[in-house]
Amino acid sequence: MKFRSVFEIIGPVMIGPSSSHTAGAARIGLVARDLFGRQPEWATIHLYGSFAETYKGHGTDVAIIGGLLGYDTFDERIRTAFEDAERLGMSFEFIAEEEEMDHPNTAKLVIGDKEGVMELIGISIGGGTMEVVELNGFPLRLSGHFPALLVVHDDRAGVIANVSNAIAAQDMNIAHMEVGRKEKGKMALMVIEVDQVVNDELIEELRALPNVTQVSTLAN
Amino acid sequence: MDILFSNVKELVEVAEKEQQPISEIMIRQEMLLTRRSREDIVAQMENNLAVMENSVEEGLKGVHSSSGLTGGDAVLIQNYMKTGKSLSGELLLDAVSKAVATNEVNAAMGLICATPTAGAAGIVPGTLFAVKNKLNPTHEQMVNYLFTTGAFGFIVANNASISGAAGGCQAETGSAASMAAAAIVEMAGGTPQQSAEAFSIVMKNMLGLVCDPVAGLVEVPCVKRNAMGAAKALVGADMALAGVVSVIPTDEVIEAMHKIGQSMPSALRETAKGGLAATPTGKALEAEIFGKDKESRDTVTK
Repeated sequence: MKFRSVFEIIGPVMIGPSSSHTAGAARIGLVARDLFGRQPEWATIHLYGSFAETYKGHGTDVAIIGGLLGYDTFDERIRTAFEDAERLGMSFEFIAEEEEMDHPNTAKLVIGDKEGVMELIGISIGGGTMEVVELNGFPLRLSGHFPALLVVHDDRAGVIANVSNAIAAQDMNIAHMEVGRKEKGKMALMVIEVDQVVNDELIEELRALPNVTQVSTLAN
Repeated sequence: MDILFSNVKELVEVAEKEQQPISEIMIRQEMLLTRRSREDIVAQMENNLAVMENSVEEGLKGVHSSSGLTGGDAVLIQNYMKTGKSLSGELLLDAVSKAVATNEVNAAMGLICATPTAGAAGIVPGTLFAVKNKLNPTHEQMVNYLFTTGAFGFIVANNASISGAAGGCQAETGSAASMAAAAIVEMAGGTPQQSAEAFSIVMKNMLGLVCDPVAGLVEVPCVKRNAMGAAKALVGADMALAGVVSVIPTDEVIEAMHKIGQSMPSALRETAKGGLAATPTGKALEAEIFGKDKESRDTVTK
């Protein structure tokens, strides 16, 4: 089931003009910012399909930048996101790509600062709903509608058990979980959607586990 | 996880078995799927209703988009309606003007509630705030109207599509008008099955509608498609309440919409490359709005 709530149909409350090209785009930006954990200093945004053809008229560009600045779909500051980014010291570039992707509304965000770089591919599937389909080269499926934990780890036996035990110890329920790896025995990524908001204690605990290299979270 | 319905047949069966309106089944399903309390869920929908009411009011004052392509039509229609000379009837024109009002606010980058999308956001509130004057619903019934539209939209979104880029305008204004027809039936005292019939009757008349926005903007022809969507919703609801049924069952109509969407060429799915967008006037407007320098349109650096 792609849509799990009536408020994905009647909603979101949003700044116009397009749920897929404005609200969905803002959410892709917002999720990217959450996963990066801070406001990036620069962003290169590749747009594909209908996003590439019509982004200016739909405000897709200001919406993605607004999302990267932390604005939600109904935040009227989306309209001035370009000016705000300049003031807040975030440079950005949009590139309309000709390549065809699986989904017509696809955006690839490459964002970074002195500390690091992150690459995220998001798709806007209609009505303001989005999914992250790739993160730093890992294929995944993340809706952004549930709080989530993303754990980068070495592909070793027992890591998944350790992580899920730590979550269970917090009396937290896992709604959806996915594990992907690029190559056997190398780096892997766990995506865990949970029902409750993730607390800092759990994040620290997960970071301290053997073979875990990076932990990031997504608030709902 | 328990789920009460995943298609229209199940939705109607559950509503009949429980002797509850479709809106109530939607609320129960939402509680199951999101584990939120009824109070929380109803409160959020009340907030969405308030946003819709504000958009209608703002649009009826007269707003214009920055491109200059749309705006002011809601006022024109309201003024004409009030002369009493309307041929199609006051309630119908009221719904049309309020649908247009919402979409004009949307085109002007105002605050709206997507139903199910922003491009189709006029139809559900337009019909609701027009039918309200005739049926005098309670506040609760108005909120329930939105849950009923949501129940049908939920099924379309999961079994077909509500995205113009994926399924054309039939997936957006087509879904919105069909959802609204189903909710009008419930508010007017029709049965769950009659809601399903109204949905089918309207959707069958939206099949094949392409998404061909001029200059890629959610303005031309989107605003007027919301106007006609609202009109079709009312007529479809009246037909179902009169006892007219759809020969093709609702779930099969939805499936047909999905398949038609999949076979639409990409030029007619929100790329602004075909249909009205590709007419001489459509292309001239695009050049006027974005300038002729293609480079400047494709890359923005700041």
